[in-house]
Amino acid sequence: MARASKPKPFEYAPAPESRAVVDLASSYGLFIDGEFVDGTGGALKSVNPATEEVLAEVAEASEADIDLAVKAARRAYTRVWSKMSGAERAKYLFRIARIVQERSRELAVLESLDNGKPIKESRDVDVPLVAAHFFYYAGWADKLEHAGFGPDPRPLGVAAQVIPWNFPLLMLAWKIAPALAAGNTVVLKPAETTPLTALLFAEICQQAELPPGVVNIVTGAGPTGAALVAHPGVDKVAFTGSTEVGKAISRAVAGTDKRLTLELGGKAANIVFDDAPVDQTVEGIVAGIFFNQGHVCCAGSRLLVQESVAEELVSRLKRRLGTLRLGDPLDKNTDIGAINSLEQLERIRHLAGVGDDEGAERWTADCDLPAKGYWFAPTVFTGVSQAHRIAREEIFGPVLSVLTFRTPSEAIEKANNTAYGLSAGIWTEKGSRILRMAGAMRAGVVWANTFNRFDPTSPFGGYKESGYGREGGRHGLAAYLDVH
Amino acid sequence: MTPSPASVVADPAGLADVTRSDAALRRFLHGLPGVDQVGADARAAALSTRSIKTTAKAFAIDLAVRMIDLTTLEGADTPGKVRSLCAKARRPDPHDASVPATAAVCVYNDLVGLAKAELGGSGVKVAAVSTAFPSGRASLAVKLADTRDAVTQGADEIDMVIDRGAFLSGRYLEVLEEIAAVKQVCSEGGADAHLKVILETGELATYDNVRRASWLAMMAGADFIKTSTGKISPAATLPVTLVMLEACRDWRDATGAMVGMKPAGGIRTTKDAMRYLVLVNETVGTDWLTPDWFRLGASSLLNDLLLQRQRMSTGRYSGPDYVTVD
Repeated sequence: MARASKPKPFEYAPAPESRAVVDLASSYGLFIDGEFVDGTGGALKSVNPATEEVLAEVAEASEADIDLAVKAARRAYTRVWSKMSGAERAKYLFRIARIVQERSRELAVLESLDNGKPIKESRDVDVPLVAAHFFYYAGWADKLEHAGFGPDPRPLGVAAQVIPWNFPLLMLAWKIAPALAAGNTVVLKPAETTPLTALLFAEICQQAELPPGVVNIVTGAGPTGAALVAHPGVDKVAFTGSTEVGKAISRAVAGTDKRLTLELGGKAANIVFDDAPVDQTVEGIVAGIFFNQGHVCCAGSRLLVQESVAEELVSRLKRRLGTLRLGDPLDKNTDIGAINSLEQLERIRHLAGVGDDEGAERWTADCDLPAKGYWFAPTVFTGVSQAHRIAREEIFGPVLSVLTFRTPSEAIEKANNTAYGLSAGIWTEKGSRILRMAGAMRAGVVWANTFNRFDPTSPFGGYKESGYGREGGRHGLAAYLDVH
Repeated sequence: MTPSPASVVADPAGLADVTRSDAALRRFLHGLPGVDQVGADARAAALSTRSIKTTAKAFAIDLAVRMIDLTTLEGADTPGKVRSLCAKARRPDPHDASVPATAAVCVYNDLVGLAKAELGGSGVKVAAVSTAFPSGRASLAVKLADTRDAVTQGADEIDMVIDRGAFLSGRYLEVLEEIAAVKQVCSEGGADAHLKVILETGELATYDNVRRASWLAMMAGADFIKTSTGKISPAATLPVTLVMLEACRDWRDATGAMVGMKPAGGIRTTKDAMRYLVLVNETVGTDWLTPDWFRLGASSLLNDLLLQRQRMSTGRYSGPDYVTVD
């Protein structure tokens, strides 16, 4: 048959999600005792990292503001929330979950604007998981006596919660949903660069008619967070973020009777055996390190691949990375969005430079980077060894380090040879090998033939410098109850 | 990942080695990389969220029309029905000459001569379903005679079914040899009919089987691999098509040769068709984005594409009375 026509490329037209669904104010105050109030501190600007456009000004909570928020939370705890039956608390949580679903488009667009993540992720991953978390913990609120913590587990009191910028609304849900279900009240500080969805969540609390003071949102930078965790009126501190800040918080609460849970950094091994399902493995590697621009504490940033198949796997991976679409986070076809801040971009650039200096071989996907905003193309380093900094330090960006191993034992040794221990991935068609490897991983979450999958029923947390305490599932309740 | 079967096939001597015995062929096919079903389903689902709008949609609609094998495979098919289908294939929209013709019409053997006469020099191919379609339950002699009949009547393309019974009972060599024999008939007497090999993936059940059958068909000389007869549910699905496209891609890596792909059955809407095109685009790439290498086996799909095309040019939805019932 004559080959009639030369194929033309299939170019996807821009398919931007509308911004009109989001009603942005030019400035935002603090959410204390059920009301938005002006802070007494300075102000911060929240920037769209894809365009460098200033989205809004937000208040920087001062120590005095923090004090008001903690006192409001205490009042709400003593007078209302701790006295309320679990079934009643559940109603509020169910209501919040439903409002999150109803306003999901608005939340997703705002998250992508403020964070830079692709709309397909905020729409299909972040926001649905937020709703799922509230639904899940709403279900626990009237069943705490059946959760395995004794007949009448008591809440702790006021929880101070400090969350990161990579999953702003999802980390809020991971913190607030179990705390409220268990009967605590909270003061939450969102990250300095991504406060806007937390403030929209404050509106949702108003809409749900949550009693004033049960949830308080105080925006600000590092000093605001430090003041919050140090406040003597706080019974519990929960932090997700860098190991460095986690250590500082740990020092700050040492010697007090505050409970502490920390979810910190990671340098997860994603381990590929020679019998792995190759096409799905490639997808899993992509999901492991390029999901959310690699701004994921449990990212599969260290690819440990069996030497006999390394070359073939890496070449397939590179071909796949060539199809990733980087650009406007609001475009529904974007796979890779913007790096969240200039500061983070510089850190990624620096560590990638270290990789070059150490002699690893850098490969970068061929894609045009927009002129404005903060961008970093998907990057793979091959020829990485355990001694390289890019195999040890968390880059928190779209940068994969590829190492090889020869035997399962070597894979286990190398995977565990890290200061972190948040997650790991195993790719093999052999079930018995999955079980052996999973048992040997010193990591809180082990995925088999998948990666970066989350579910509210599953506990999540780290070993070693990845922190302590568990979030999610029944285990997540323990962090907010007076139990051990 | 394998003891690289690919490199074995790339070497003609190696291929002979692989097809030397049932045991050797089984070792080879079972040495192909496994397919994780959850992962394959997830990848297909993720690609189906691509948003194809405006110019991209217009491009996709016309491409999809050009890729259609407009199909009627009913016991009740008559000369009148096939004439009307051929007219539709040549000129899908009587009011709009800018709509391209479809790739082919696909009919049973006895109507091939009629379809050839109707389509004349239009460039629209005639495909015949062969080898005791759809079940494939006949002797090899009957299957070859069936194919020869279609080829002599002038069929441009033969859509054959594999012997699923032989495949599922592990007689891979028998399947391979049967395909190769049919392929030979396609070029008898100076004919050059293209061979599409239907795997009937709904009966193969697992993606591992789909990948093995794809390789088997390509090793036997298939010009196209095709999902389904349309008579078994499920027919074409996105994940099955994904797995088969990956096999086409790996085959080219191994041998340098391209093999075409045809999902068939259950593709009814413009949205469905666009999802298949996205799958092609992001799995095997632009080289396959032509009727020469990708077909859609469908019947009702064409009218939905025409309605969407009218909507794009007029800005309004018309209705089922503005496309022809054939």
